[in-house]
Amino acid sequence: MIKKFDKKDEESGSGSNPFQHLEKSAVLQEARIFNETPINPRRCLHILTKIIYLLNQGEHFGTTEATEAFFAMTRLFQSNDQTLRRMCYLTIKEMANISEDVIIVTSSLTKDMTGKEDVYRGPAIRALCRITDTTMLQAIERYMKQAIVDKVPSVSSSALVSSLHMVKMSYDVVKRWVNEAQEAASSDNIMVQYHALGLLYHLRKNDRLAVTKMLNKFTKSGLKSPFAYCMLIRIASKLLDETEGGHDSPLFDFIESCLRNKNEMVVYEAASAIVHMPNCTARELAPAVSVLQLFCSSPKAALRYAAVRTLNKVAMKHPSAVTACNLDLENLITDSNRSIATLAITTLLKTGSESSVDRLMKQISSFVSEISDEFKVVVVQAISALCQKYPRKHSVMMNFLSNMLRDDGGFEYKRAIVDCIISIIEENPESKETGLAHLCEFIEDCEHTVLATKILHLLGKEGPRTPQPSKYIRFIFNRVVLESEAVRAAAVSALAKFGAQNDDLLPSVLVLMQRCMMDSDDEVRDRATFYMNVLQQKQKALNAAYIFNGLSVSIPGLEKSLHQYTLEPSEKPFDMKTVPLATTPITEQKTEIAPVATSKLPEKLAPSRQDIYQEQLASIPEFQGLGPLFKSSEPVQLTEAETEYVVRCVKHTFARHMVFQFDCTNTLNDQLLQKVIVQMEPSEAYEVIHYIPAASLPYSQPGSCYTLVRLPDDDPTAVSCTFSCTMKYLVRDCDPNTGEPDDDGYDDEYVLEDLEVTVADHIQKVLKPNFGAAWEEVGDEFEKEETFALASVRTLDEAVGNIISFLGMQPCERSDKVPENKNSHVLFLAGVFRGGHDVLVRARLALADGVTMQVTVRSSEETVVDVILASVG
Amino acid sequence: LEILSFSHPEPSLYTVKAVLILDNDGDRLYAKYYDDTYPTVKEQKAFEKNIFNKTHRTDSEIALLEGLTVVYKSNIDLFFYVIGSSHENELMLMAVLNCLFDSLSQMLRKNVERRALLENMEGLFLAVDEIVDGGVILESDPQQVVHRVALRGDDVPLTEQTVTQVLQSAKEQIKWSLLR
Repeated sequence: MIKKFDKKDEESGSGSNPFQHLEKSAVLQEARIFNETPINPRRCLHILTKIIYLLNQGEHFGTTEATEAFFAMTRLFQSNDQTLRRMCYLTIKEMANISEDVIIVTSSLTKDMTGKEDVYRGPAIRALCRITDTTMLQAIERYMKQAIVDKVPSVSSSALVSSLHMVKMSYDVVKRWVNEAQEAASSDNIMVQYHALGLLYHLRKNDRLAVTKMLNKFTKSGLKSPFAYCMLIRIASKLLDETEGGHDSPLFDFIESCLRNKNEMVVYEAASAIVHMPNCTARELAPAVSVLQLFCSSPKAALRYAAVRTLNKVAMKHPSAVTACNLDLENLITDSNRSIATLAITTLLKTGSESSVDRLMKQISSFVSEISDEFKVVVVQAISALCQKYPRKHSVMMNFLSNMLRDDGGFEYKRAIVDCIISIIEENPESKETGLAHLCEFIEDCEHTVLATKILHLLGKEGPRTPQPSKYIRFIFNRVVLESEAVRAAAVSALAKFGAQNDDLLPSVLVLMQRCMMDSDDEVRDRATFYMNVLQQKQKALNAAYIFNGLSVSIPGLEKSLHQYTLEPSEKPFDMKTVPLATTPITEQKTEIAPVATSKLPEKLAPSRQDIYQEQLASIPEFQGLGPLFKSSEPVQLTEAETEYVVRCVKHTFARHMVFQFDCTNTLNDQLLQKVIVQMEPSEAYEVIHYIPAASLPYSQPGSCYTLVRLPDDDPTAVSCTFSCTMKYLVRDCDPNTGEPDDDGYDDEYVLEDLEVTVADHIQKVLKPNFGAAWEEVGDEFEKEETFALASVRTLDEAVGNIISFLGMQPCERSDKVPENKNSHVLFLAGVFRGGHDVLVRARLALADGVTMQVTVRSSEETVVDVILASVG
Repeated sequence: LEILSFSHPEPSLYTVKAVLILDNDGDRLYAKYYDDTYPTVKEQKAFEKNIFNKTHRTDSEIALLEGLTVVYKSNIDLFFYVIGSSHENELMLMAVLNCLFDSLSQMLRKNVERRALLENMEGLFLAVDEIVDGGVILESDPQQVVHRVALRGDDVPLTEQTVTQVLQSAKEQIKWSLLR
């Protein structure tokens, strides 16, 4: 077979590669003829070609051999052979980084760039700039300026593009060429125009006013180059975005007018820019959508691809705007380019009706194995969105997803599928068992640790509460036997949950735990030992606290507190209540795939917003001794938009105090404010004990001042209070241009809006993954119950939303989602009250005329129960 | 995931991430990378392998691979690729691809195949150098490119290869004259 092939090669000569068996050393040896006189251009050219070919193949050249060859090559400048000279330029560029002393060719290149041969000038400039550094740049500055405005387009383009490359290295020098670039921008040549615009923008992009002027000029005068138009559209849409310019701005009009350009490249760029603008209305989108619709039937695959990809993007936010294109999209689902077909189908899945789902899914499964992982993820995302839209279709989807899970694919793809299945399980209780079964099958042969541990965690959470928990045990224990340490540890934690929930499984779980205690990994052994001991106690409260619901403290906070504890030796045991709570529930709800995937976000524990506040407040001496920061509220605006001063407040709650942080911005450029405080007058027995001023507030530089307030000790039920707030400060008028303030100042004040402190400021959200267990753990010692009528509320959804935001507690067991067409609902809320007392709320809601609500509150502290009920009433 | 979550990139002239020409077996004939997306030769070759596997059987012009937009074209035993970011205007990348192909087609007198290309590698090197500079599209008009490369049509350098070719055809002629 091979022989036959060779023979054929010999006959036809095809298939042979003159460069195939090139030896670097042999080529470098040959390069010696560069030194022969007279120069043989043909042979020298061939050797240079070989050298560049080797470099291009990724062959490594040592510094010495490269330098030697480079110096030999410089002699070839004596020849006047055009092609040879051009190959010399290329060699210089290719070797610029590997050979030493490349600058010796500077004068030869300078000569060529200013010489009479136009064919040499452009490439000589590009080669010269490649080897030039900042100091040498000054020496050729004059030539560069001349070249930029040269009438030969290739010279001008080369100079402009080379200047752009050098901006990074020598911004200050290149900036001096802005007038020449400006002149080049009015060139008749389309490429020169494009390159000049690119360089000008690059030099001016940090000066918004200059960019605006430039845009005005070019959008009015019009351009010839489609490339330049595309660039201009990008600049305009960036500026629109930054200035939050409305869609009545001339910039928007310009972009829209480009939809009527005669070049498709420009039309597409404009359509894409409009589609990607935030807050576009369906009406503003319509013209962009209709050009994209036309492109869908283009004979050019690239244009169809671009169009359908952009329409897919529109369909995420505005499915109705794309419905008009459904017919065109239908024609694309059998496109021979599978990327186009996939995008068309996933777009249709977003815009089409429920009845078309089955047909589209069938079509897509016929070629899903042929498309790249990137597009498979797009398919999964479309399915995920679909499940939320048409919950009744979940069995079709689940089936499809489980088939995809069995196919080959990379991590991102598998993760998208797993996330999608998990979100279906959480949305549709009836699909739970099928979903768990698919996931169990998947982890039997799963190479991705992250996914395996995620699924094990889910099995631990959901499995024990299914009708037949025992069937999951085998899958979980298999992991303990077969997998890596991280997976084994996750499996042990999952097993413990089965033991804690199901009494009849407990003996077998204990036996399995016993085996895990002999594991070779210490994390696995530690977990097994811990769970073993907890489980053997057979106490519901212990199970709830240590197996089901885990830690709810902030991990960085815990680290810091423990470190502090080790620094100050003490007889007292470490108290968990001194550790700040975690502000964002770590586990639940993360599984929902946002339509625009954010999978690149690192899943590391970054310090939360509250950890950052904790750090900032701890650095202020007056706030020492307040204890750990318990809760920080979202910022509350205390001024209207666009007033002289902008003030917002963040309320920080501590065990017995509150700190009000006022973030103030001075928007007057002729004033400098000093000694800024916000004076607060409480309506209740709250006592202001300290003001910490912001020393100075120059124009547009935000600063913070603080007010420290003591909470009423004698009346723990006084959780709400209204403060009237006034900002007081010393004004020094100043020169708007220089910011130089007058010597004298005067006192002034500014009235802010009232600030409310409510019950929610005293409660931190805590997620209890297993609410039932937590409910039992707290017990009914201080349980109280009351019934309320919410007359003004019309729907259960509304009632649920109101209660959550009023109490500021964490909804558990996804009870914040009210199933459709139900007349009653139970909402579970969990939190920790200031001072570290767990508090749980169960609210039964019934919809009749308005909503009737029966609230049951449990806590480890009686006053907390009273506070909650008092504030609800 | 890049594919659908594009926010607007910084306006810039840097458009092309790489230009590749592979042969029938997916081996590199020419490769020029303009940024650090694939910093090592090893990563580049792996990318080229992936690209070739995903594209050589279909003639569909455009694909999204490893988060990058790839436009491509094949002719006889050559595969041409131009690669850009997934945010990039696909038609701009097509303009580069078409310019490269049409320029070579003129320079090789419509004979765009591996062997002819290998015999004119210097022409290819110079042409790409005129089309893209450091990732910036320098020229998109094939006439201009061919003009600037300025390989003088008549005395195209006679490489060793063309010598053997001449010998071959001479042999052929002798053979025929003997057979007659």
